Amino acid sequence: MSNLSTASLLTKKDFESNQDVRWCPGCGDYAVLAQIQKLMPQLGIPRENFAFISGIGCSSRFPYYMETYGMHGIHGRAPAIASGLKLARPELSVWVVTGDGDALAIGGNHFIHAMRRNVDLKIILLNNRIYGLTKGQYSPTSELGMKTKTTPLGNIDRPFSPTAVALGAGATFVARTVDSDQAHMAGVLKRAAEHKGAAFVEIFQNCIVFNDGAYDAITDKSVRDDARLLLEHGKPLVFGKNKDKGIRLRGLEPVVVEIGEHAASEADLVMHDESAEHSGLAFFLSQFDAPKFPVPLGVFRAVGQPTYEEMNTQLHADAEARKGRGTLAALFNSGDTWTIK
Amino acid sequence: MSATAAAAEAGERRGAPRPVEELDSVTIRFVGDSGDGMQLTGNEFSRAIAKAGHDFATHPDYPSEIRAPTGTLFGVSGYQIQFASRQVFTSGDAPDVLVAMNPAALKTNLGDVKHGGIVIANSGAFSDNNLAKAGYKSNPLDDGSLGDYRLYKIDISELTAHALKDSGLSKKETGRCKNYYALGLMLSLYSRPIEKEEEDIRRKFAKKPEIAEANVRALRAGYAYADATEMFITSYKVRTADIAPGTYRSLTGNHAAALGCVAASELAGVPLFLGSYPITPATDILHEMSLLKHHNVTTFQAEDEIAGICSAIGAAYGGVLGMTTTSGPGMALKTEALGLAVMLELPLVIVNVQRGGPSTGLPTKIEQSDLLQAVYGRNGECPIPVIAANSPADCFDCAIEAFRIAVKYMTPVIFLSDGGIGNAAEPWRVPDPASLPKLEVKFRTEPEGFQAYARDANLARAWVRPGTPGMEHRVGGLEKDFLTGNISHDPVNHQRMVEVRAAKVAGIAKDIPPLKVEGPQQGELLVVGWGSTYGSITQAREKAAAQGRSVAHAHLRHINPLPPDLGDILQRYKTVLVPEMNLGQLARLLRERYLREVVTLSKVQGKPFKVSEIYDRILELC
Repeated sequence: MSNLSTASLLTKKDFESNQDVRWCPGCGDYAVLAQIQKLMPQLGIPRENFAFISGIGCSSRFPYYMETYGMHGIHGRAPAIASGLKLARPELSVWVVTGDGDALAIGGNHFIHAMRRNVDLKIILLNNRIYGLTKGQYSPTSELGMKTKTTPLGNIDRPFSPTAVALGAGATFVARTVDSDQAHMAGVLKRAAEHKGAAFVEIFQNCIVFNDGAYDAITDKSVRDDARLLLEHGKPLVFGKNKDKGIRLRGLEPVVVEIGEHAASEADLVMHDESAEHSGLAFFLSQFDAPKFPVPLGVFRAVGQPTYEEMNTQLHADAEARKGRGTLAALFNSGDTWTIK
Repeated sequence: MSATAAAAEAGERRGAPRPVEELDSVTIRFVGDSGDGMQLTGNEFSRAIAKAGHDFATHPDYPSEIRAPTGTLFGVSGYQIQFASRQVFTSGDAPDVLVAMNPAALKTNLGDVKHGGIVIANSGAFSDNNLAKAGYKSNPLDDGSLGDYRLYKIDISELTAHALKDSGLSKKETGRCKNYYALGLMLSLYSRPIEKEEEDIRRKFAKKPEIAEANVRALRAGYAYADATEMFITSYKVRTADIAPGTYRSLTGNHAAALGCVAASELAGVPLFLGSYPITPATDILHEMSLLKHHNVTTFQAEDEIAGICSAIGAAYGGVLGMTTTSGPGMALKTEALGLAVMLELPLVIVNVQRGGPSTGLPTKIEQSDLLQAVYGRNGECPIPVIAANSPADCFDCAIEAFRIAVKYMTPVIFLSDGGIGNAAEPWRVPDPASLPKLEVKFRTEPEGFQAYARDANLARAWVRPGTPGMEHRVGGLEKDFLTGNISHDPVNHQRMVEVRAAKVAGIAKDIPPLKVEGPQQGELLVVGWGSTYGSITQAREKAAAQGRSVAHAHLRHINPLPPDLGDILQRYKTVLVPEMNLGQLARLLRERYLREVVTLSKVQGKPFKVSEIYDRILELC
């Protein structure tokens, strides 16, 4: 069995489990699964050192389809389960696959605290802006006015942006991609895998049954270039079919401007800096939404911070250096003892 | 010269030796404002008593407010200790001595004091204002209403201030020393030396030498005052108890539970992970274990109760000993995750230090009302082994037993303690680590023929650490195939899985040793108890047996499953009495399991049973 632990010999096939994949035909989840299975052999990590943890929802079936260690947990709790696993076994590569309901509604608390602590988890959120497994209720990312089974007269529940939540919680890596753009998704997922610390990736994912076409504006090839903004570190924020539009700052207000001889030059535009210590830039990008702004895709933020489990390991090492490895005899006899003869 | 100054002067000269009266046992209760340091005083007093070779038991009783407004009835905090020349099982029914630091403390506790008992009152705190707050129309120290008691009025506030007048400390700081003055009084009254206590104070306040010095002076002043004044006509001596030789220390149940869990980890050779969220009265376990990183213990203060248990489940999946600690409301929040742990068949220990419920209930008070929650409180057919500790020191053994069951049977185990046991202290005989049982943990590493849910003779599946090559597999909360663990919705498979999970937990019964029955092995009455009622039942039974009554006592550590010989034992007595601090939860389990009538004795007042309450019921029944 030693060949299985030789990471370099692995292929995508080695990461496909023998279980039938049970998502609806045409579901965006298939593309994400394929990309992650393709990515795994590239990371130089033995297969047995991967663990995929999930909660409940369509996306949370993910671990069953990966030929790795995995746990299909309970609704919203995957980041907590994964945090315990990572603390207990820092050498493992621990991934969380979740959805907009799982991570942001029932599991919002665990989601933000995993980010805040910077536990080295890869958190992949498949955002389809709807509850799929329970057959079509609105989620915390559903748009205002949207008609669903529980909002027959239109949604009045204001959505929030998962990337903004992650940034607000202090995430050290935040990125966004879309299920229909394989190359872009592959690049973003690889960056997340290589980040040390909590890495959050929001994937716009199309639910073909309950919210089909939710992302057409940024995925349809005929219009998408004007509707999306591809983030590149160290490059100005430029978008549009002819690369003729950009983002400028007026005071603290971002505005869309034309680029051209009689308009703004690239030098006037905001430069994307994913490594900026201050998350302000990443945060205003996370607020961009159609139709006023192009929707950003790519890496919003990637900064190095000590991870929670590294600091925990250090605390243990320090305690042992100071007190020596504890023994039961010393522990039992510590404190105030007396002897009866 | 004022009375106070005279008394203070008296405190500085050695009085003539007083007659010493020998006693079998004494129960003392210290009561004051929640900021008066009564818990500390009680603790220190019990340590001094223990070192003198007495057995003791304590009962801290404090409000849930951290520092309630001073002088109020609801802000009273108390600490009761019984020590004796024989084995001590409870903190005592009625105090022989009440040390009351203010009118509110006197008012709320006087009713419990033994008729003719000693009341030592800090007369300096009996101001008009404090009397009014306690609802006294006149000063009970002066109006003759305490005629039934031996009353000692001592202006502890003023005497402490006087003793510290040139210490350079503020009035507020000297005020905080009066608990040590009270401690000095009591140590003298019970003929205990104070040198050890002085050392302890200096150690405790090592970082604040001026406070240490002030406390030592207050202690000495109190001691000298009692020694020298003629107020106490006699001093008392309790003969030392006949205690087994060995090294002892004073441990609370929560501390003992922490040590037991760490011992389990060392005995198994597997690191320990505690995922927890602070909740009264369980938090001290988290505190203690946070100090033990050099024992390979990881503590994780999670964002909530759910994350506490879920992180422990994640850690257990990773191949370490996972545990979580909580109390009633937290237990409710963990319920769904308990079900997950049952489905995953991973070892996990859940410690519930019970408190008064339902909802937020009585956070700092004692109750045993989470038993049915522990045994049944989950969706689906969801069996979990349940064990309960019967005393503070027993928490050590129960923690090891909980982990033994968890790893042998690959199951979550609920370990019930309660606020009384958790916070109360008793002497713990320090065991030789070599005498403790080994906990055998085997991680499967052989991929050949591996099936994630294949079972051994105990119906336990294999524990596999992620990172083991060739054994990658998935687990989860959906029903699983009997062998492979893959998702299965097959009807017959589900029935088989439900039954095998039940059979696995039922099978733990074969490990339970024969149940010890104190008293006649058959006869009129059997008292069956569980948890912290152990001490009261034991003393009540002994007292009734001494009266010639045919009464026996069996105390359950294992509640799910029940001991296999319990059914036979119940048949040997005409009547079965079950005293519980709930409305009869164990009684319900016994009726259901053995189809026999049992008599419930219920108490849900946030206070432990008095020996007399159980004794009286025994006399009625046999």
